[in-house]
Amino acid sequence: MAVSDLKGRTLRVCALYPDLMNIYADRGNLFVLQRRCEWREIAFHLSGSGLDEMLDGEAHDIYYIGGGQDRDQLLCAEDLVGGKRKALHEAASRGAIVLGVCGGYQLLGESYTLGDNQLQGVGLLDMRTVREPGERLIGNVAIEVDLNGEKRVLAGFENHGGRTYLASGATPLGRVLKGHGNDGHSGFEGARFGNTIGTYLHGPLLPKNAWFADWLIATALGIDVEALTSLDDSFENAAHASARRAAGV
Amino acid sequence: MSATLGPKLALARAVGAVSRVRGGGGTSLPGKLLVRMDSSAIAELAARLPRGSVLVSATNGKTTTAAMAASILEAAGISLVHNQAGANMAGGIASTLLGAAGRSGTIAGELGLFEVDELWLDRLAGQLHPRVVVLANLFRDQLDRYGELETIAERWAGTVRAGGPAERARLVCNADDPLVADLGRERAQSDYEPADLKRERAEVGGVPVQGDHEPAAFELEQAEVGGELAQDAHGPADAHEPAGVLYFGVDDDSLALASMAHAADAKHCRRCGAPYVFDAVYLGHLGHYHCESCGQRRPSPTVLARSVVLEGVRSARFQLSTPDGEAEVKLALPGLYNVYNALAAAALGVALGISLADIVAGLESTTAAFGRAETVTVAGRETRILLVKNPAGANEVLRTLALEPGCHDLLGVLNDNTADGHDVSWIWDADFELLVGRVRLATCSGTRAPELALRLKYAGIEPERIRVIDDLPHALAAATAEYPASGGGRLADNAAKQSPTGEGRLMVAEESAAAGEQPRAEESSSRLNRAAPLYVLPTYTAMLALRELLVRRGEADSSWQ
Repeated sequence: MAVSDLKGRTLRVCALYPDLMNIYADRGNLFVLQRRCEWREIAFHLSGSGLDEMLDGEAHDIYYIGGGQDRDQLLCAEDLVGGKRKALHEAASRGAIVLGVCGGYQLLGESYTLGDNQLQGVGLLDMRTVREPGERLIGNVAIEVDLNGEKRVLAGFENHGGRTYLASGATPLGRVLKGHGNDGHSGFEGARFGNTIGTYLHGPLLPKNAWFADWLIATALGIDVEALTSLDDSFENAAHASARRAAGV
Repeated sequence: MSATLGPKLALARAVGAVSRVRGGGGTSLPGKLLVRMDSSAIAELAARLPRGSVLVSATNGKTTTAAMAASILEAAGISLVHNQAGANMAGGIASTLLGAAGRSGTIAGELGLFEVDELWLDRLAGQLHPRVVVLANLFRDQLDRYGELETIAERWAGTVRAGGPAERARLVCNADDPLVADLGRERAQSDYEPADLKRERAEVGGVPVQGDHEPAAFELEQAEVGGELAQDAHGPADAHEPAGVLYFGVDDDSLALASMAHAADAKHCRRCGAPYVFDAVYLGHLGHYHCESCGQRRPSPTVLARSVVLEGVRSARFQLSTPDGEAEVKLALPGLYNVYNALAAAALGVALGISLADIVAGLESTTAAFGRAETVTVAGRETRILLVKNPAGANEVLRTLALEPGCHDLLGVLNDNTADGHDVSWIWDADFELLVGRVRLATCSGTRAPELALRLKYAGIEPERIRVIDDLPHALAAATAEYPASGGGRLADNAAKQSPTGEGRLMVAEESAAAGEQPRAEESSSRLNRAAPLYVLPTYTAMLALRELLVRRGEADSSWQ
């Protein structure tokens, strides 16, 4: 698709529970999507869907869910499974991006077990998360991902008590270069099924990985990344390098 | 003195002396050693304080609040043992006590005033047996180290409730912080409180109080603090001091924000879990609120600020209301956050029976605490250091900065050392958008400098106004080198919006370091804008590094003693 065809296009993003699932500065991800669309004259439309609010599985190109405190995550899990599960499955099946980060990632799986409690997840990713005794998995992290034939690095920070175990229906998002990843020992991080993606690289993931923001924008609009207008990414590249350095990669 | 503690004190002292000679700042090193040798050393030394100890804990403003409290207590003629440099875990507090301990078993000070790290409150309260604990606020802070706010709140609750290590302490709580006020209410409703006190939730001096301030005890304490030291030999937290809660807060509708800041926390009632409804938001999640589900409301504060006037980055004033009456307070510190710090210190003074006159005198004579709104002169240029370490604190600094007219030169220093938190995600929760259109030149430095630069770019500050100089000495030299006021052609007139191709470029360290070799301001030509201060926004370890650098260069005319 020619570059000029993108003008007049709109990227429609829906943030789920923006007031509750935002504990690690998740809004940084939304800022990055917004600016990188605006600089390319792609219109950006952001809406939110909170507790007890309707979610339209047809109306958005990217569905984003971030991390929250335990209490908030519990509230959201009930609401998500009770009221938004169907819409999210509709969205995923038509190829929209569903991106879950940290707590949001856990909720996209089949279940989350906390002691004697088992929370049901949305079931978009074939995985289970268990809160096990032991240290939280905290620190800078870098993973190698291969989204469409090219190996790239995502750098970030993880901080999770839950361990996530993938089953046969989900593939890992990436291979751990430095850090803990899904469970601290498998060597894998995150999960992917089609355009549904989950990762423990929490909070402002996209500011540290502008290339991934562009992949999300392009994929959500149904175009190749190469079709996006290139931007001066000297700040972005320096920030990515800084986050990689922090992880030791 | 116990037979065994003396030699340990001497050894720890000697280690401290060696460490100082070697130039290691290490304020907590001798204390760490002492605690290692004798786990009850803190308790044993603190028990020698004739008037016991008071503790200040919070995620934000501990050091400044304690500095204000020190000023108040000193105005009242009370000599203190105070960890004023902000070393606020066991090692730092043990070092402070060690420094005050005499060889004959005495201690040089009447009252211990300790700021305490929020995660150390339970353990230290168990050893210090405080008579008053100030719980000032809980903001999102260093999640990788501290975990979730509700986890901290839970630990605090365990500390102050019946059976906890601070069960006998009087509590001073921020009424405007729902999570903190909830702790006060849980305490007030706990079984510890004698039944007759519950009925006496009447009034002292016409001001409603919550459970404590039983008049007789209140007067007794006033007499005590002003009275002879000899009769005060009883230990801290005497049985006659009622457990109770004294609240402070702000009442000023003109301060209310249009909406809650993005990074606001503590939005749920601890009692029933429903979201609080805010009638006014003053700062982060501080304000007036109620729970529509269970009816929980913000408690009425006993110590109150009204008619708050914020005067840019320099000062603030407000009308202080206490059970002793009202007075105008003129703070030499800026921002609403310092008004809250002042209220916490004033409420601590009230809890200790200090007179209103001494409280006002103490608050007004408080200058900036270590690296907090401190003003220094670097290369002839006025440089204000405004510590930023988490979103709530950063937002208040940014809001205060935005009150100053004109465009500013900034030096942001983002470190990710352990004391800063390894996770720098928080910069995306801070509202740097407040600076859009107000930045002349932003220099970014520190271990994660490029990520701060990116944050500023996405806030909407033109990339042309942002440069990265990782190395702090170079960054400071470049940032303090005065910028040509009239030479703004490249910067001031650069209205070029971020275009798809992007005019912005990242200045690299080598290029910008040359600026550090410019002549000092005193020697440079008059076209330089002498009046414009430089604002430095460092994280905690960056602030320490910056101060060390300034002291070493002998350039800082520090107002901090």
